[in-house]
Amino acid sequence: MDTVLLLKRLSEAHGLSGYEQEVRQLVVEEFSRTANEVRTDTLGNVIAVKSGTGPEPRPSIMLATHMDEIGLIVSELEKSFIHFEQSSYDDRVLLGQEVLVHGRRTLTGVIGARPPHVLPPGESDKPIPYDKLLIDVGLTSEELARLVRVGDLITMKGDLIELKGGLVAGKALDNRASVVAAAICLEELTRLHHRWDVFVVATVQEEEGMKGAITSTYSLQPDVGIAIDVTWAKQPGAPDEYTYDLGKGPTIGLGPNFHPVLQEALVETAKSLEMSIPLEPAARPPGTDAHAIQVSRAGIPAALLSIPQRNMHTPVETVSIRDVERTGRLLAAFIGRLDDAFLPSLTWDLGLEEE
Amino acid sequence: MKDLIRRLTEAYGPSGHEEQIRDIIRAEVQPLADDVRVDVLGNLMALKKGSGGGKKVMLAAHMDEIGLIISYVDEQGFLRFQPIGGVDATTLAGGRVQFADGSTGVIAAENRQEFKKDPELTRLFIDVGATSRDEAKARLGQAVGFVRPFADLGQRIVAKALDDRISCAILIEVLRRLEDSLHEVYFVFSVQEEVGLRGAQTCAYGLDPDLGIAVDITVAADTPEAKKLAMKLGAGPCIKIMDSGMLAHPGVKDAMIRVAEANGIPYQLEVLDRGSTDAAAIQLVRGGVPAGCVSVACRYYHTPSEMVDMGDVENSVKLLLAILKTSIEL
Amino acid sequence: MLLEQLSNAFGPSGCEDEVRRILARAVHDKVDHLQTDALGNLIALKRGSGPEPRLKVMVDAHMDEVGLMVTRFDKNGLMGFRVVGGVDDRLLLAKRVVVGCDRIRGVITAPPIHLTKAEQRQQVIKVDQLAIDIGASSDDEAKGLVKMGDYGTFDTRFEILSEDGLRTVKGKAFDDRAGCAVAAALVDGEYAVDLLLAFSAQEEMGMRGAKVAAFRIDPDVAFALEGTICDDMPKKADVSPTTELGKGPAITLMDRSFFADKSLVRLLIDTAEANGIPYQFKQPGVGSTDAGAIHLSRTGVPSITVAVPCRYIHTPVSLLSLSDLDHMVELMKAALQALSHQWQKA
Repeated sequence: MDTVLLLKRLSEAHGLSGYEQEVRQLVVEEFSRTANEVRTDTLGNVIAVKSGTGPEPRPSIMLATHMDEIGLIVSELEKSFIHFEQSSYDDRVLLGQEVLVHGRRTLTGVIGARPPHVLPPGESDKPIPYDKLLIDVGLTSEELARLVRVGDLITMKGDLIELKGGLVAGKALDNRASVVAAAICLEELTRLHHRWDVFVVATVQEEEGMKGAITSTYSLQPDVGIAIDVTWAKQPGAPDEYTYDLGKGPTIGLGPNFHPVLQEALVETAKSLEMSIPLEPAARPPGTDAHAIQVSRAGIPAALLSIPQRNMHTPVETVSIRDVERTGRLLAAFIGRLDDAFLPSLTWDLGLEEE
Repeated sequence: MKDLIRRLTEAYGPSGHEEQIRDIIRAEVQPLADDVRVDVLGNLMALKKGSGGGKKVMLAAHMDEIGLIISYVDEQGFLRFQPIGGVDATTLAGGRVQFADGSTGVIAAENRQEFKKDPELTRLFIDVGATSRDEAKARLGQAVGFVRPFADLGQRIVAKALDDRISCAILIEVLRRLEDSLHEVYFVFSVQEEVGLRGAQTCAYGLDPDLGIAVDITVAADTPEAKKLAMKLGAGPCIKIMDSGMLAHPGVKDAMIRVAEANGIPYQLEVLDRGSTDAAAIQLVRGGVPAGCVSVACRYYHTPSEMVDMGDVENSVKLLLAILKTSIEL
Repeated sequence: MLLEQLSNAFGPSGCEDEVRRILARAVHDKVDHLQTDALGNLIALKRGSGPEPRLKVMVDAHMDEVGLMVTRFDKNGLMGFRVVGGVDDRLLLAKRVVVGCDRIRGVITAPPIHLTKAEQRQQVIKVDQLAIDIGASSDDEAKGLVKMGDYGTFDTRFEILSEDGLRTVKGKAFDDRAGCAVAAALVDGEYAVDLLLAFSAQEEMGMRGAKVAAFRIDPDVAFALEGTICDDMPKKADVSPTTELGKGPAITLMDRSFFADKSLVRLLIDTAEANGIPYQFKQPGVGSTDAGAIHLSRTGVPSITVAVPCRYIHTPVSLLSLSDLDHMVELMKAALQALSHQWQKA
């Protein structure tokens, strides 16, 4: 498995929430190399099944890693320019970005605004709200009207860059980095025995409210669920308390959203691999697929692994390749250790001696 | 159809209190449907069986309107309230409200200057003409809807609660004209949409449909200083691509576009930056449901004088009928 | 007194173990079955005496309280934290807390008045500027006593304030240990219907425990029991106190999370009047409770919330009247008995 190559292919693929077709195809292709079965469901989640060796009925674990990315959408055309809607980017990162407008054909565009030289004094000191920005694809208004219409999707343009120190930067590494980690896990699982069934689900529409996780978990009814997502890495402008070092991840989530026994077992597994894994406390359930998994049907023990990332929700999200690989290996090792005693251990002691 | 719309929009039915509007709609659909029932939360479901081999389709239009609930009766008999759904305080002062028993109240501001500076619901109260707490205390916990008579402007109509009674009218008309469909179609008149899509969620869970289509209003952006959006009055039903609660299933959205084009029905594409519809709730039940929405462009939503275009209404009916005549391949 | 034990117990959202054990012990020999689930809900079944098929009645009360979580270790031995559930930043200054499995006592620091300027004292100090002091002098020492992610609560002891009249008591977490105490008291009754007591986890995180408990139980009817806002202090304006102390259990007609089923409202009013039990209506449109999650389960569940008025909920010290609590137990027992005769399933 060439981690960087897979990161590149997945980062550069387009898959906005609700329109994950292009990345879905790649994910199906990749998961099919190692899973026993790969299928897609009603909303477009990709479900890769890796059967365990234990006797039927086997317990199952679900890994959820969202494959959708954030982006923009055409809201209206005005003369030869494009108005867009968005809700996930800090408006300030949009100015001057190159984008791809997916109309009848894919057009390169730039997010522009009026030059500061001609603005009234004081106006160039303030950030421009997104609804005052326009995308310019360099066409006439007639050409534009023929090729682009309301509802067409817009993604950030830019290939994956390899930085020094084993870091890579690109768009959509939230959450394609985790999809790669899941692929690494699947590959590792072909090399070891595991008793439990494994569902690796590349979910859709996480960025819109964990929608793919809600419906896929309902259908699969796993006994345990682990989500893989990203968290914040140390960088200027981000408080120390909430951020983690690149290269020392993933983090394991702590808090009401996560089953304490499951979380402890992940910590133990990490220790056994001599991985020093930071614990990430969350006093409120963070907005990840684990949030949805925990309250599916009658409830599911859930956990969260997060890959540290700089510049989250920008076109230059940055992760450490090492963190991606560690996450995949940790998950595979954890799954390998799941046995018949694990599920019964996920109970709560009532302190009633006679029970 | 305008008479039906008038009766529907003038009826009383804030979220959680849909009995009266449900009775009116039930009387309309009972003679047209194969089966009519009401579920736990009060959703009204009218089934029209198909010729077979099709899908189980859930169409949803919500019966409830935004309103207010009386939360306190003060010493002098003035009523304080909390909102039911998204109520904007600036649309209320000077308006009238109606109770379930038909009586009327007036909404007034405590102090006009203070209210202008800080237009909050807590600076408003309702006056029912009572002179003491004793006289009005039975009102505690009662819900009110807004009051405006329906107005026929010709091509356009104005009423309160076009959100979403216009869609109820559309669904009733579709049911009236529906024939030769393969599909088993549930016409759902849902409750409590304005307070969080609650009725649609439990109803869809029970029906477990193969496809869900909500019919609701969307924002017409063709008025002075409106934020730039594509939707306008008179350009046809809007095929929803996205709102702040949902991305329409691409297969459903594409099927709607194909049908509109094949049948020469004008349509608009809708990307909305706010709000949500029953489709967002239907989409997430059980293992997921492909869902979309046909929207009627509407000016001045969530005010007592909403406006839609009758051409859009008629074309919405046509579009839904045309969709139900196909096999709806996604 | 069970309420005293429950109030003193340690149980922020996600760490309800101590509360769960007290409740299990309180009900286990009076119910037919006890179980827990993935979120830590405790569900107790008391079979009814009526003929099958019996109505399945879910009575829910949440075990969790608002609290704290340790999120940072400073070099000087102090610890940064975040709130678990809705705690107003203004309530944190200079409070006593307990932290972690070993219940280590600590204090939340506050700047001395002498060293602050008047303008500063006009500002609310946000939680990320505050720290818990357990007396450690270095981060290593603190880490030896408390772990990252350990929970904490306010350190408030239950106390009786008045023996007669309103019979008031003070303590922490009356939201919702009061509801739990009422629910636990119901096992002493005899009912024709099946009673499913759901002591829920994580209500303060968004009714998460109740959602999954309701799915599992699949009830016909549900009651959520709460300790709710009582804002009856003197005010300049003539506005709602939401509930009033001493006026009896408060029935919810509607709040931000649900509309109460009208037949259940009728049932409670009729039961209260028939038995001479005082009752009031909570101010409609305010707050949200487990009924919000329960009523939307599957195809919908007729639900209602009944609550003990509690002054100062979500603060270190709340206050309630035992006579309100006793009336609520009376009302709920009578309502459960009335259910078998009166309830019409939709």
